[in-house]
Amino acid sequence: MSDITAGPVPTPTASRRAPISTTGPWAWARANLFSGWASTAVTLLLAYFIITWALGFIDWAFVNAIWSVPNNQTQACRDLKGVGACWAVITEKHRFILFGTYPYEEQWRPLLVCLLFIGLYIVSAMRRFWRAELGLIWIVTLAVIGVLMWGGVLSMSFVPQERWGGLPITLILSTFGIAFAFPLSILVALGRRSKMPAIKMICIVYVELIRGVPLISLLFMASVMFPLFLPDGMNIDKLLRAQVAIILFAAAYLAEVVRAGLQALPKGQYEAADAMGLSYWQKTGLIVLPQALRTVIPPLVNTFIGFFKDTSLVLIIGIFDLLTAGKTAIVEPAWQGFGVEVYIFIALIYFCFCFAMSRYSQSLEATLNNRRR
Amino acid sequence: MSATAEAHLASLARPDAPPAIVMDKVNKWFGSLHVLRDVTLNVGNGERVVICGPSGSGKSTLIRCINRLEQHQEGRIIVEGNELTDDLRSLDAIRREVGMVFQSFNLFPHLTILENCTLAPIWVRKTPKAEAEALAMSYLERVKIPEQAKKYPGQLSGGQQQRVAIARALCMQPKIMLFDEPTSALDPEMIKEVLDTMVGLADSGMTMVCVTHEMGFARQVADRVVFMDRGEIVESGTPTEMFETPKTDRLRLFLSQILRGH
Repeated sequence: MSDITAGPVPTPTASRRAPISTTGPWAWARANLFSGWASTAVTLLLAYFIITWALGFIDWAFVNAIWSVPNNQTQACRDLKGVGACWAVITEKHRFILFGTYPYEEQWRPLLVCLLFIGLYIVSAMRRFWRAELGLIWIVTLAVIGVLMWGGVLSMSFVPQERWGGLPITLILSTFGIAFAFPLSILVALGRRSKMPAIKMICIVYVELIRGVPLISLLFMASVMFPLFLPDGMNIDKLLRAQVAIILFAAAYLAEVVRAGLQALPKGQYEAADAMGLSYWQKTGLIVLPQALRTVIPPLVNTFIGFFKDTSLVLIIGIFDLLTAGKTAIVEPAWQGFGVEVYIFIALIYFCFCFAMSRYSQSLEATLNNRRR
Repeated sequence: MSATAEAHLASLARPDAPPAIVMDKVNKWFGSLHVLRDVTLNVGNGERVVICGPSGSGKSTLIRCINRLEQHQEGRIIVEGNELTDDLRSLDAIRREVGMVFQSFNLFPHLTILENCTLAPIWVRKTPKAEAEALAMSYLERVKIPEQAKKYPGQLSGGQQQRVAIARALCMQPKIMLFDEPTSALDPEMIKEVLDTMVGLADSGMTMVCVTHEMGFARQVADRVVFMDRGEIVESGTPTEMFETPKTDRLRLFLSQILRGH
């Protein structure tokens, strides 16, 4: 009890500052970069390579680069013979890379769609919007995105799905993919731990079957084989079929990640919830998942990032995502040979999204776990 | 339903009520290991029973059978007039009336102390949030830590966490409290604060079944001490009988071992 004290409390010895030589940038550099003659040699050698390469890259990418050319006259670029980047290909082709074959005058619509997606991500990432209304925001935004892409109403012309392309396709596939795969994966993970043998069996078979085949073969099945089983005259959109394949594939992987989190939760947590009389779904929703999902944020985001990039595999079934659009942009004879610039541009876009996910997961982990010891 | 700790605890005195717990020839196996052998034990209303015995004697398993964290395979267990069967509805009814405190506290680390205490009343008893919070605060005052209500379990000491766990169980306003070695995971200087809380609870007339090695506590509050060894009840009686004049060699050996340890 706090009110019982035995005599005066002794004053603790005042804490002193750490010796100056063990803190600060110089101490860090000495400990990590120059701790011996071998480490100093490696440091200097690597520094030489990094600086040489960086200077070379700056020369190529900025100093000698050509930023635009008139009327597809790429001769100026070709005269550089590789000493400078031809960013003119991006200046000229960025609309095609970003939006594919979407009608040129209507490309404000996919642009708006991309911005809506990014806005949706930002809103969803902020903890103060984590309320039931967020689900409504998602439904409304996704509906608006559908209207913008297809059109046909509000004096927007109709654009068939075959003409969609570029970044919106990548964002649609990955957003819908993760938005549906994640809840599905939670159900599958719970099912795998179910005491009911039938449910457990179905979930195990699902995970093992899907994990046992490459995503490419699943996409092939969705695009080539699946229509053969449909009755005559019935046709399901190709993008939708690929989307379903991606959802099923991602859910199988995510389910194993979620299951790891469920297994990491101490048994006592389940017992305490049981002893209180909470029902299965109350226990799962209030006690188990909030803790289990927190534990697996790093591998979850790892998988999300993987699937964001894996959506580029849809190119093999002829869907025009960001990467496919980039490849197609340099097919034109005038622009052949400038693949490096285009791929750097695309890589930058992918990197922005993936890096944002990674940073966000780190901060989320920190805020959610700061109260736990 | 009463809305304060005092009113709840005052309502517990029901001298004419049937026995709180009836266990009749209960048997349980873990695989081929026979962990409970023909255990017969009745706990009266308001009675305070301490179960002791060497580790592996089945005392935790016994107490965990009372709210079906473990399932018994033979015999009958009747709690507050409800028999424990596979029927989930009667199980829910029993778990509402039986609170449990664990050796390792098992507080929910992602919820505040107050949320830990109000979770079950709100979701299981459907108590309105404000009422559940008032009730939780009155129990937190009883266990002397109302000022920690907004903190998280990880920020509290072991003794404080265990007192929260007691308050959390009490918030469901149970008729019976089960304690499964509540002080075994605590540092020595924190054992007393938890035992004091339990003594206070015993004085209020709560039916208590407590697995513990704290013989001082048993002497102070127990109506009856039950000694278990190798899955069976070897001997039972008042604390004085048990500690002063043990009848069996097994109990004598056990007492000499734990007293030497103190």
